[in-house]
Amino acid sequence: MKLSGAQIIWEVVSREGVDTIFGYPGGAILPAYDALLDYPIHHVLVRHEQGAAHMADGYARASGNVGVCVATSGPGATNLVTGLANAHMDSSPVVAITGQVATPLIGKDAFQETDVTGVTLPVTKHNYLVTRTEDIVPTLREAFYIARSGRPGPVLVDITKDAQTGQAEFEWSDEPVSLPGYRPDLRPVSEEFRRAADLINAAERPLILAGHGVIMSAATSQVVELAEKASVPTSLTLLGLGGFPPRHPLCLGMMGMHGEAWVNTAIQRADLLIALGMRFDDRVTGNLSTYAPTAKKIHCEIDPAELNKNVRVDVGLVGDLRATLETLLPLLAKSERTDWLRYIDGLKGDSAVRDIQKLPDDGHLYTAHVINDVCRATGGQAVVATDVGQHQMWAAQYYKHESPRTLITSGGLGTMGFALPAAMGAKFARKDAEVWVIAGDGGFQMTAAELSTCAQENLNINIAIINNGYLGMVRQWQEFFYDRRYSATPIHSPDFVKLAEAHGLRGLRVESRADVEESFEAARNHEGTVVIDYRVEQEDSVYPMVPSGNDLDKMIRRPQSNPIYETADD
Amino acid sequence: MNGHDPLRRRHVFVVHAEDRPGVLDRVASLFRRRSYNIESLTVGRTDQPGVSRMTIVIEGDDTTARLMEANLYKLVNVLHVENLTYKPAVVRDLALIKVKATAEVRAQVLQVTDVFRARVVDIGPEALIVEITGTEDKIQGLIEVLEPYGILELVRTGAVAMTRSAEEVADRPDFIAARFPESAA
Repeated sequence: MKLSGAQIIWEVVSREGVDTIFGYPGGAILPAYDALLDYPIHHVLVRHEQGAAHMADGYARASGNVGVCVATSGPGATNLVTGLANAHMDSSPVVAITGQVATPLIGKDAFQETDVTGVTLPVTKHNYLVTRTEDIVPTLREAFYIARSGRPGPVLVDITKDAQTGQAEFEWSDEPVSLPGYRPDLRPVSEEFRRAADLINAAERPLILAGHGVIMSAATSQVVELAEKASVPTSLTLLGLGGFPPRHPLCLGMMGMHGEAWVNTAIQRADLLIALGMRFDDRVTGNLSTYAPTAKKIHCEIDPAELNKNVRVDVGLVGDLRATLETLLPLLAKSERTDWLRYIDGLKGDSAVRDIQKLPDDGHLYTAHVINDVCRATGGQAVVATDVGQHQMWAAQYYKHESPRTLITSGGLGTMGFALPAAMGAKFARKDAEVWVIAGDGGFQMTAAELSTCAQENLNINIAIINNGYLGMVRQWQEFFYDRRYSATPIHSPDFVKLAEAHGLRGLRVESRADVEESFEAARNHEGTVVIDYRVEQEDSVYPMVPSGNDLDKMIRRPQSNPIYETADD
Repeated sequence: MNGHDPLRRRHVFVVHAEDRPGVLDRVASLFRRRSYNIESLTVGRTDQPGVSRMTIVIEGDDTTARLMEANLYKLVNVLHVENLTYKPAVVRDLALIKVKATAEVRAQVLQVTDVFRARVVDIGPEALIVEITGTEDKIQGLIEVLEPYGILELVRTGAVAMTRSAEEVADRPDFIAARFPESAA
């Protein structure tokens, strides 16, 4: 059967199980958009291509399937770059399809021509330029395969306009894709399992560091089994949240710069770190030269290039985490480790309460109130997409994610403006789920144009804007490290209620804690997108904090009497 | 800052990659992105159609070399990576040196050339071109000896390398990058 290149694109995309794509049309992708009308694929018209890339990313993270975004050549494609870099840093499976000028025009600086494969080379897992219609099927199949296999990541396929308009025989085969230079199926050798098991069995003060890999490999029950069998307390990276049940007695919570004080202290005292699908990011380790000085390290990781990149490890187990743990678990002895668990409990004190009850009763609204209340109201079951900054850290601290793929946040790249489009993508992937955006007033304004997309798609999501009138995290750094010189951090915002209403959406404003619960009622009972402007305390800071490059256990604490911090090994 | 790090040394890699547009760009971009200090990079075809072979020399410690190997493997178009640093291998550089040699000193220059087993490939009234193949040290030695006569132009190819063993390059990479030999100690 002869089909046009444009038709072939959608034949492949729909066979890859994609039902929703995010994009923006334009000259060089016109043939593909024309053919799209004849395929049962829902296209979401974004307001800026960055939004398309983030939506595909959010779709991928919420579902575990590949997310697809589409853009035209030139500016359309370059607008995707931030979203691709974001997906790349957080290992999110995304396929980006971009139109390119016709083959004879390449290199001639044609209208809307950009070297897109060149521009996106360092921010994609792989990319392709397709100039021949008959190459579209194998290339797109490879793209989906590479995006989802091994350590997932974004793959861009740039397709010239003449390849889209040309005709080729369409044949589909379910044969697995074979790439001679691509090996996503690495497995550790048995001797390494033995060494890892010996280290774990011999350890007195072991600690699990669970990251994004736990979620991507669907290894939660194996990690829980490891923790329970060997009595290993478990801490999580930002992207690992949701990968381990938060109310489990061995769950310590988040590590790192704004992690729990007792977690960071425990890391520095441990004699063995078992790192599972995480990459020792600088926000997690603090000063590398003093990081976990007494601990041996086992690193279970799918990407061999992560081993020994930041932290020197003693045993590396390269491979899919779930498969690795399934082999490792039978080798482990059952242990109690009562002393170590008691020591950590001592550090932890009444941690579960945290400092929320210690916030001044001055009638002001604090972010912690809002997020704690959202968590309670949704039972920790909602899909929460956060932006980047203070609210993101508070959300990580106070929203207890009960299941994997429910926290969607920009961890590696730290992309402001991510939350709204990512939440929209997540909603398309999980139509039955309650989806919340938690964003700051700064980041929200970066991609607020997508409110119009919410309205057009009649999307049912709840948007909590944590509005403190500042670029809060930068302000916090200025307060701590720049003598409170607030350079370019006070930010003016539009009337978010009116902004929502201008888009035909519901808008609410909340200024005191007493009204928080009521705002949830209103939001959750409303069919459609609701924007809630939470006017929170302006100069609140996130505690504890490990200043960048500091030793992990040298944390700045909230400057007020607080029994929690005092118990954390002061 | 200027102290010599004893762990740093030259690492010689042989990389087989698909012979496609942009592959060299991907390799070069990797070095730039990860801040690897590259000394030389040579590329050429092989006896296998569609496969090109690169010899890459970097300076760094063993951990850097292992990370570079693992990162090279992450490139989809890279088929095989071999670190020859600790293997018996032949490493060769080729240089063309145009040296000033008028009639008075020509005999001396030719004699030096002979001692180094280099070849004279062009002679003019004022200058001649010497071609030398060998290790970096040998080439450096010849350059130093020829310098007093006046070197007018110099070009070096960068290293090419091959293991001494008779084994063929495995068609499936065994991914030594995935294993962890050096940390066992």
